[in-house]
Parts: sequence; structure tokens; C-alpha cells
Amino acid sequence: MNKYKTELMVGVFIVLTIGAILLLALKVANQTMTNAGDTYNLYAKFDNIGGLKVRSAVKVGGVTIGRVADIHLDKDDYTPVVTLSISTAYEGFPDTSSVSILTSGLLGEQYVGFQPGFSFDGVEELKDGDYLQDTKSALVLEDLIGQFLFNRGGKDE
Amino acid sequence: MNLFQHIGRETIGKVAAIGRAGLMLFGALASLPKLKNVYLTVRQIYVVGVQSLLIIVVSGLFIGMVMALQGYTILVDYGAEGSLGPMVALSLLRELGPVVTALLFAGRAGSALTAEIGLMKATEQLSSLEMMAVDPLRRVVAPRFWAGMISMPALAVIFSAVGILGGHLVGVDWLGVDAGSYWSLMQSTVEWEKDVINGVIKSLVFALVVTWIAIFKGYDSIPTSEGISKATTETVVFSSLAVLGLDFVLTALMFGIE
Amino acid sequence: MTFRRGDRVIYDNVSIEVPKGKITAVMGPSGIGKTTLLRLIGGQLLPDSGDILFDNTSVVSMSRGELYAARRRMSMLFQSGALFTDMTVGDNVAFPLKEHTRLSDDIIDTIVALKLQAVGLRGAVNMMPSELSGGMARRAALARSIALDPDLIMYDEPFAGQDPISMGVLVKLIRELNDALDVTSIVVTHDVTEVLTIADYIYILADKRIIGKGTPDDIRNSDSALVQQFLNGEADGPVPFHYPAPPLKDSLLGEGS
Repeated sequence: MNKYKTELMVGVFIVLTIGAILLLALKVANQTMTNAGDTYNLYAKFDNIGGLKVRSAVKVGGVTIGRVADIHLDKDDYTPVVTLSISTAYEGFPDTSSVSILTSGLLGEQYVGFQPGFSFDGVEELKDGDYLQDTKSALVLEDLIGQFLFNRGGKDE
Repeated sequence: MNLFQHIGRETIGKVAAIGRAGLMLFGALASLPKLKNVYLTVRQIYVVGVQSLLIIVVSGLFIGMVMALQGYTILVDYGAEGSLGPMVALSLLRELGPVVTALLFAGRAGSALTAEIGLMKATEQLSSLEMMAVDPLRRVVAPRFWAGMISMPALAVIFSAVGILGGHLVGVDWLGVDAGSYWSLMQSTVEWEKDVINGVIKSLVFALVVTWIAIFKGYDSIPTSEGISKATTETVVFSSLAVLGLDFVLTALMFGIE
Repeated sequence: MTFRRGDRVIYDNVSIEVPKGKITAVMGPSGIGKTTLLRLIGGQLLPDSGDILFDNTSVVSMSRGELYAARRRMSMLFQSGALFTDMTVGDNVAFPLKEHTRLSDDIIDTIVALKLQAVGLRGAVNMMPSELSGGMARRAALARSIALDPDLIMYDEPFAGQDPISMGVLVKLIRELNDALDVTSIVVTHDVTEVLTIADYIYILADKRIIGKGTPDDIRNSDSALVQQFLNGEADGPVPFHYPAPPLKDSLLGEGS
């Protein structure tokens, strides 16, 4: 039995496996993005988060600056609290910034749209653990249709 | 009366076979592998893993290409052909990679394992090992078992990776889906723990089941040409059914309940 | 010692004594379970009652470790040779040495060459078992079974399916090895003439028990009808030609029950 050939081929097999794992890790699951770099947390209360999920993107004008780290219900007033984990590369957003839950395309997934507010004297910067005050909830299709029908009904009378 | 007797006897026989299979595995794995048996395992990885590589790579490539083609024709109607990447990647990582690899592995390597061990039994090689005071469970069964446990997840990962590249080949290079959206949507959808790791866990479970069935069927076969051919067929049938059944259970556990 | 396989009693209170350093032959018609006897001695099967003593130690009550230690002192030549088909002849012979000793490769190579020389196959050291003829395979297997210099060698049908020349070679080898290595040999066979020439002591088994025992001369001069039938190869006699079955007339006419 050719011992050397066996060892060589098993070596090739292992290298291929490692290559495949690397491809899956870096190119497919993008493991580095989520782990690399430090993040800080901001919190936002919404009336309705619609279909937002943990790990949904947080975007400023289409650029991903972070992800949704956690979603839970506030125990006092029963409103959803979303924890946004923002990369420290994007620091110093003004206190007046607002967030809304948007949908990418008609059938696409939902993400958090982040609008940096105006910054002028006396406005503080957002720091780790701060709550964003200005939030806009997700659009729920059923509510929209309901409003539309209600308005039509009102006009006819 | 005869029918019930028959059913009873068959059931008891099956339970006893499960018991024998358990004892066999326990006997093979109870002791720590000796250093010189590591080389035996490496050689078995060559036999069951490396020699299955070609069929795995070719199947993975074509399945990825077909999925891209099929997915594109459906998604393009909704203007969502950008979602081709996540579709191909998720189906491969969660389902097709582990399952198809396990089925191909059962046909390619499992049947060979059964036939090899059955023939070793028929030609008294196992008895002769025993008479030479070498435990055939440790010498023959254990290296093959470990080789299967190592090779199958590796093959499944290669299968998925090649499939995703095959999907890229058809979707991006041929049908003109944007390469950026193919990869970036994939990256934002696929999760390392949920999709990749769960797929590997699935394929570890399949490896256990397929290798175990294959080795046991050979070890427990009736050492005649008819007995070995029956055992080989049963290996492929039983392990394929077990893989598909377990896949449902595992999918329900991993992805079903959120 | 009594042994059953399923409901069939293979041995019923059989007692066999194998003297040290001699060749003991066990003969009997096919299907009598002669191979089973060897497996019982090797501890691969356990008797339902009775005991098997190897060098005054009970094989039956041995722990696993003791049994494996005892097996290093015995070896068995299987009917088919049972060479490992994925190794060369040389590796086959070296296998027990590599498993059970810590000798260096040079020494193992030397021992392998010596053992193969003893069976006249030193030139075949790099051949694969599939390239060997039946007789050569059996001789190679013999070289493997003496690799560890055992105290007891069991031969399972060493002459079955051999042409006269390789049969003669094997007869000579068994005799020579027995004398040269001072081992105890048990030969299980049904080839009467060969056995009568080499065995020191013979047991004839039939019908679940011993029907004759003694030196070759004792056996030749036995007045037992069974023994004479066996020696002369008569088709019918005390060992019936038919496997037990209801009378043919009943089966054919369907009046059996």
C-alpha cells in the first residue's frame, strides 16, 4: 500500500475542508463583520416593531452601521424595547437623531433606519446605554388598509 | 396465532439486533484509541472520505447550479432575484448539504464498508484477528467509525461550499444576478450558529447513524455471498430512511420552533 | 463438555485430551462441528456446560484480558487461510509481531524472512494474497500463525481442497514445525490417509460423541463399525447417508402428518 499517497490525499482532503469552512465563514456567513470591532448599545422604544428580528440591520442612508442585538418588552409600560448594537466606528450621533422601522422593497426584510439629527450647541451626543426618543413604528399593512377604508367611508357620507 | 407469533419473533429479533449494535459500538469505542491505530483511521479517511470526494464535489456543483436556475426563474417574477444568494446558501447549508451528502455517503462509502467487513467475516479474517489476540472491534470497527464521523461533516461542508459556488456560476456569471447582492444578501441572511453550525451538527448525527448501520450490517451479516449482498442493500435502504426521518426531527428541533 | 448451537446439540459430553508437544488429530464427517471445537478451545465460543483447560487454566472462566493473553500463546490456521487481503504476504506475517511486540522494524523483517523461509515462501514476501494459489496462501497463513512462536497451533482442515503436491508439502510442514518448535498441534480434518501418517494421537467424532480414539495403529485396528466406515469411506453405514427426515414416501404422497 502506498502510504505516502494516502497521506497526501488525506492532506488534500483536510485542506479542502478547511477551505470550505473558511468560505462559509467569511464569504457566506460573514463571520468577521459581526464579531470584529467594538460596539456600543443604544435603546429605542417602539409602539410596534412589525417583523423586525434580532440581527436585522441598522442603516444610515443605506449604510449598515450596526445590528439589532436584542428585542424585549418593557415590563412597566408593555412596549417593545429594541437594543441597537452600533459599531464604534460610527460614534457621536446627536441626541436629536431618530429611528424608524423600514422595509426594504415590497417583500424584503425589515430593518432599522437611523436618521442622524441636526447637531447644534447644547445638543448632547448619544452615548452607550442612551435611549433614542424619536421613534417611528413599523408600518403594519392591515392598519394602513383599515385607515384607508375608514377615510373613504368618511368621504362618502 | 401464527401471525402474532411471527410478529413477536420479528420484534424480539429486531430489539436484539439493536442491542448487538449498541454493544458493538460500545466495544469499539470503550477504549481510548491507541497511537498506532491513528494511522489506520487516516487510511480509512482516505477510503471513505477522499474516495467520496469526486461524487460529492460533482453533485454539489450541479445541485447548486440547478437551484440557481430554478430559483432565478421563480424569483425574477417578483423582482427579487437578488435573494438568490440567500436561497441557495440556506437550502444548501440547512438541508441539502447534510442530507444529500449523507445519502451519497451511504451509497458510496456505507455499502463498501458493509461489504468489506462482511467479506472479512466470511473469509475468517475477523476470527483470525480474534485468535491473534487482536480485538477486531478496536482494530477494524473503531477506525472505520471514526473515519466516517470525521469524513461526513467535512464532505457536507465541501458540498455546501461547492454548491454555493455553483449557484454563483449560474446565477451571477450566466444569468446576470448582481454579484454584490448575491454575496451581501447571503451574508446578511446566513447566520453562523443557526445555519452553518446546525448543518454541521445535522451531518454529525447522520454520520453516526450511517456509519453505525454500515459497520453493524457488515459485522452482523451472514457470511455467505447472499448474506453479504442482503446486508449491503439493507445498509443503503436503512441508512437512507434513517437519514430522512432524522432530518425531519432535527429540522423541527433546530428551525421549527422559534 | 456439552455445546449446543440453537436447538441442535453439537457435542454431548465429549472429553478430549491433547498431549503437549504432540500432534493430535480430530477427525469426523463434515458438519460435525470440528471447527466449532477449535473455536471453543480458542474461547470464541463458550460451552453450555463443562470446561476447557488450556495449560491447566480454564478458558471458560478467563477474564477478557486473560483470554487475550492466552490467545497469544495459541494460533489457528483457518480453512481459507484468512490472510488480510489488503496487505502483502510479508505484512501479514509481520502483523502479529507488530501488534504484540515492540521489536524494531529490522528485527521484524528478519523474523518474517525466517518464518517465510520455513514455509518456502520467502520469494513471495511482496506479493498480495490474491496473487497466491490456495496452497501458497495456506502456507503463508501458516507462517503468520507461527510468527509469535505459539505453544499450540490449531489447524482447521489444512488439507481441504489441495492438490496432492501441496498436500504433501503441508503434511511435511506440520510434522516438521511440530518437531522443530516443540509445539502442540491439533489438526482437524477428514483426510484419513494424511492424518494417519502424521498424527500421534487421533480422535474420531461422530454423532455428538467420540467414536474412536488412540494412536494411528489403534484406529486402523479398531473393530468399531463406525470407525471402519469412516476409514474406508463407505457411503452408508452407522453414520447414515440421509440427514434425519420423514420417510420419502410420506413426503411425496403428502401423508406425512
